[in-house]
Amino acid sequence: MSDMKRQNLNSTKYDIPPELESQVSITTIDKIYNWSRRNSLWPLMFGLACCAIEMICTAASRYDFSRFGMEVMRPSPRQSDMMIVSGTVTKKMIPQIVRLYNQMPEPKYVVAMGACASGGGPFKEGYNVVSGVDKYIPVDVYIPGCPPTPQALLHGLITLQRKIDNQSIKTVRWYQKEPIDAIPIPVLGPDIMNPNEFGDIEEFSQNKLSETEIDESDPEAVS
Amino acid sequence: MSDQEILEPTEVVFDDDLTKRFPDHVSYDSRKGYKGFIIDTKKLYEVAAVLRDDMGYDFLSSVTGVDYFPEETMEVVYHAYKSIGGPGVEFKVQIPRENAVVSSLVRVYPGADLQEREIWDLYGIRFSDHPDLRRILMWEGFAGHPLRKDWTEAYFEDEGKPFKSRWPEGQVTRTEDENPFGKNVEYPAGFRPDTWVPDKDALLYSSLTRSGKSKDWKELNTDTIVVNMGPQHPSTHGVFRIVVELDGEKIVSLKPVMGYLHRNHEKIGERNTFLQNMPFTDRLDYLSSMSNNFGYALAVEELMGITPPERAEYIRVIMAELTRISNHVFAIGMFLNDLGAFFTPSLYAIEERELILDIFEAVSGSRMMCNYFRFGGVARDFPDGTLEKIRNLIFDRLPRRIDELDIYLSSNEIIRSRSEGIGVLTPEQAIAFSAAGPILRASGVPYDVRRADPYSIYDRFDFDVAVRYHGDTYDRYLIRIDEIRQSLRILKQAVNDIPEGPVLTGKQQYQVRVPAGESYGRVEGPKGELGFYVVSNGKPNPWRYHVRAPSFINLTGFESMCVGNKVADVVAILGSVDIVLGETDR
Repeated sequence: MSDMKRQNLNSTKYDIPPELESQVSITTIDKIYNWSRRNSLWPLMFGLACCAIEMICTAASRYDFSRFGMEVMRPSPRQSDMMIVSGTVTKKMIPQIVRLYNQMPEPKYVVAMGACASGGGPFKEGYNVVSGVDKYIPVDVYIPGCPPTPQALLHGLITLQRKIDNQSIKTVRWYQKEPIDAIPIPVLGPDIMNPNEFGDIEEFSQNKLSETEIDESDPEAVS
Repeated sequence: MSDQEILEPTEVVFDDDLTKRFPDHVSYDSRKGYKGFIIDTKKLYEVAAVLRDDMGYDFLSSVTGVDYFPEETMEVVYHAYKSIGGPGVEFKVQIPRENAVVSSLVRVYPGADLQEREIWDLYGIRFSDHPDLRRILMWEGFAGHPLRKDWTEAYFEDEGKPFKSRWPEGQVTRTEDENPFGKNVEYPAGFRPDTWVPDKDALLYSSLTRSGKSKDWKELNTDTIVVNMGPQHPSTHGVFRIVVELDGEKIVSLKPVMGYLHRNHEKIGERNTFLQNMPFTDRLDYLSSMSNNFGYALAVEELMGITPPERAEYIRVIMAELTRISNHVFAIGMFLNDLGAFFTPSLYAIEERELILDIFEAVSGSRMMCNYFRFGGVARDFPDGTLEKIRNLIFDRLPRRIDELDIYLSSNEIIRSRSEGIGVLTPEQAIAFSAAGPILRASGVPYDVRRADPYSIYDRFDFDVAVRYHGDTYDRYLIRIDEIRQSLRILKQAVNDIPEGPVLTGKQQYQVRVPAGESYGRVEGPKGELGFYVVSNGKPNPWRYHVRAPSFINLTGFESMCVGNKVADVVAILGSVDIVLGETDR
């Protein structure tokens, strides 16, 4: 692991006496913090659809993502760092996905695996399909493919590790003074409803109602 | 007299019999390209009872609805077969679109249970006397019945593909930009979200028996508890939810809840052109895409009236059998996972599966979503060296590795004590619940579509229909090993006999002409009988595209398998049923 080498870890600003070089490293808190976090990303054991099978294959011996420190898949969101959204997100499932995301402790990351999780994929037009999990929860890495091959998934996870390398504890959201608000859980109504949008939905429905009333009362106005 | 009837059941010309028996209520479906009978709604129950009891059509394969919007009618289409084999019978009822009610066949064919619920959910056809008519794929409160032809979704663009916005000029617009909310949502007129009461699964919980007091412990005032497993649960093989009612650790009643991966295959499929549906079938049972291709290709080929060339038939059989092996090793691995042998047996199973996926990748370009079959053949011939690879695999490596799995696993004491006598499904129950594939055969019914109603070139191969007789979880595990061995037998013959020649009838084309009519193509998929019901009205898009999904229908008998067992056994039983949620929910 290249980032474990001392020259990567050491901050260059301070000179270490030559006799202490093999015992002492001087580094920044960001570096050591990111280094330890990026090498123990525990994914949530959570499969949605076809991509989950490729995720299992990536975990299995041939591709083996434990080489990168991710072998500990946790079935409980309370113990995991990363959610791999592996498959089509449906409207019926999105409340549970948001709830799982809210239950994960910070720092947490989301990887949208495959076309469906990234943007609806081949099923985008379907009436029960959410066109991308990023409509409801923030996504860190998108992996294209239908399904992405295990190599592509590994590449996506390594991309996430690079992203973690560049984070600073001064700016990350979980060390800010303000508390992090939980994402409101969508409600299953006549269609999926985001609680933040109740006002818009009401306005939309009332407009639609008045339009149809005009149509019915005065058919000549339409023609 | 009765002896003769038993000896020659298929010789009875039942067609005349049924119309003679109910002259006023049963008539032939005389539309061009259609088959079967049209039955008066009032007499449906009686006719079905006669079909099952007097004529031997005891296995109800598929029930589905069709919305003939221009004619203002809806149809419910039934396909029934004999569990002793042979061709089936198709019958339908026609009803007006408004206030559609059909009498339920659950009392004749319990296997209609989940399918009728699906028709109610997607078409709004009520089934009178259905014991538990709730929505199944969508949630309670969802606006409308989506498969009706006059129901359009939020991202609706056009009746059929290719969309005019993209072709021939090729401007691409994003549908979310046109939606006022920027996402795939639509709300009915006059809807008020602040007064909306979300469904709290009250109907679902009331459908459990909730006996209140335990029967065994009358002196103790105990109550049953309801436990939800899933949709996020590591052992449910995806997003599947099971609601169990427990008396202590014992299961009193159980309801499967599905729809968490309902991706609207059928609605999208009715907008796609016939060929565009082929890659969508891959994503049904995503562990065995080649078998799904096979079923759909057969259904459309029957409508088109074409047959693939000889070499393509062999390639199809080779691919379908390799799919069965890869599916079954994966199923065995995951079953062991569910029993608590966490991941080690799976790793061995996945290793073999990867080798088969390499072959798929070589021939089709993709590991999982092969999209390899075409109407009248396959997309392309084997690349050089592939046949040699297959030969090495099936003659040398796989038989050894399957024996190895068998030796290490089948006699393992923990596996036997966890699975023997658990989740028993009797042969009568299995037929009644329309269970198919390994579930049916593990219960002692030697019904295999490859033998019972041969398609493609399966009548040429020498193989046994694997069958086990206990119907428990252990037998459902063993039958998969048996089936792998039989598949290897078929593969050995196919690889030796494969001729040279073209792999596609006619030339490759994007658009196929499919004459008007209906067809039902079914294959023996790894999970069971996979059927495709396709209705064409001569346009480039199918009018109706329905999938008879074995994973879905095998769950009809899931409650019967589980009741009386311990809650920990649910996981093992579900593992032995081997469902794939892409197919269950479609």
